[in-house]
Amino acid sequence: MKPPPFEYHAPGDLGAALRTLAEVRGKVLAGGQSLIPMLNMRLTAPEYLVDINRVASLGGIDVTEAGVRVGALARHSEVERAGAHPLLTRALKLVAHPVIRNRGTVVGSLVHADPAAELPAVLAVLGGSVRVARWEGHTQVVRDVPAADFFTGPMESAVQPGELAVSAFFPALGFRTGDAFEEVARRHGDYALAGVCAVVTLDEEAYVTAAKVACIGVGPVPVVVDVSEASGHCPVHELDWAEVGRLVQSAVEPEDDIHASAAYRRHLVGVLAERALWKAAREGAAIRGA
Amino acid sequence: MEHEITLVVNGVARRVSVPARRLLSDCLRHDLGLTGTHVGCEHGVCGCCTVLLDGQPVRSCLTFAVTVDGRELTTVEGLAGPDRLSPVQRAFAECHGLQCGFCTPGFLCTVTALLAENPAPTEEEVLEGVSGNLCRCTGYQNIVKAVHRAAELLAEES
Ligand SMILES: Cc1cc2nc3c(=O)[nH]c(=O)nc-3n(C[C@H](O)[C@H](O)[C@H](O)COP(=O)(O)OP(=O)(O)OC[C@H]3O[C@@H](n4cnc5c(N)ncnc54)[C@H](O)[C@@H]3O)c2cc1C
Ligand code: FES
Ligand code: FES
Repeated sequence: MKPPPFEYHAPGDLGAALRTLAEVRGKVLAGGQSLIPMLNMRLTAPEYLVDINRVASLGGIDVTEAGVRVGALARHSEVERAGAHPLLTRALKLVAHPVIRNRGTVVGSLVHADPAAELPAVLAVLGGSVRVARWEGHTQVVRDVPAADFFTGPMESAVQPGELAVSAFFPALGFRTGDAFEEVARRHGDYALAGVCAVVTLDEEAYVTAAKVACIGVGPVPVVVDVSEASGHCPVHELDWAEVGRLVQSAVEPEDDIHASAAYRRHLVGVLAERALWKAAREGAAIRGA
Repeated sequence: MEHEITLVVNGVARRVSVPARRLLSDCLRHDLGLTGTHVGCEHGVCGCCTVLLDGQPVRSCLTFAVTVDGRELTTVEGLAGPDRLSPVQRAFAECHGLQCGFCTPGFLCTVTALLAENPAPTEEEVLEGVSGNLCRCTGYQNIVKAVHRAAELLAEES
């Protein structure tokens, strides 16, 4: 249960971090709350580790009307406390335990891309993006990767060796929009067996104009399902949300593992989708003052 | 390769030479001889290795010593005052919040930080606050009682 040896780099600014990464193509160490357990269990043995904890410019949370940009060193607990985005704040309370959240970073969670992690679902349902930088020649090259292209497989993201994710952008929720995150985990703070986050927007007559969910634990990456059409034909309080839940259920293909069977996960997704959509719709209606 | 680092542990600057892969938990226990910090699972689940990093609780088994070069740490050895145990420690003793004591250093550090941030937590906030610490023998009832008692003692003594 001790990490294997590696060569350690601790660059002091962003330029140095990118040059080091370009040179050694090492693994990035952010909060270490996923990487260090994997090292301790010898599930990975990188030759080089590039610790970004001294790159002060990667910290910070930038809130604008358009949304929230979270720097690569912003810890879960900082972002949770800032309360800058209702869905992000809600999801963060479901990530591990408070002490883990003091070190773990939001961007690290996204890059780590665990299929049962909460934050990738939040980025996916909102249609956010991750800003990725690398050093090329004598300069820094930056690209923004939309959520739909960012999660490429279980524990795999679009970040390539030599690249650094510098921030993530979570678009703000619009008017008359509610959100919810429902999950079932064995123990509080564990990774979820299955979870659903929902964002629902209503019009003035309390009809749904847009409804979307992202499901976790039931596919290699967060499964986004747009149910706007299925939920737009009558006012929200008359809608059969269970039926919409079944629609979400039919869009996922969970697998068996030691934690739960595929059938149980499928069952959970139906129930959780119904619950999350209804909660989000009710919240959207309340915001509207209906 | 060894790295020369300085950790300010319980108010004392300690210089130490460690390989990069040295976990903070092992650095405290083996390099600095502070065996109060316990190690249970080494993957972040049990919480008994919890120490305070600049006042905030963190898992020392999920932190490299080199990452926290120059920072301030408080371990269970640094919680007591010069003459007597800290209010949190006394509350645990008074309420029978420990039995074998293996999990206790982690609980004490976690609760010390919890009450510094939130001096009068609700039942729910206490449960959430200690949810990342496992105890296999005392049972959580008395630990939760101890947290509330510690809040009382802190209020009385401030
Ligand atoms: C007991 C326990 C319970 C947990 N429960 C949950 C849970 O319920 N839900 C959940 O979502 N998570 C959970 N986690 C994981 C936690 O959220 C991690 O903090 C998070 O997944 C990774 O963030 P980090 O900053 O610690 O990343 P690290 O561990 O430092 O890195 C993780 C991976 O991402 C890469 N990486 C990190 N940052 C960057 C970057 N800026 N650029 C490029 N690559 C990068 C690293 O190279 C590594 O491969 C749990 C962890 C523990 C220990
Ligand atoms: S030893 Fe660190 S959490 Fe268990
Ligand atoms: S007192 Fe024995 S494990 Fe908690």
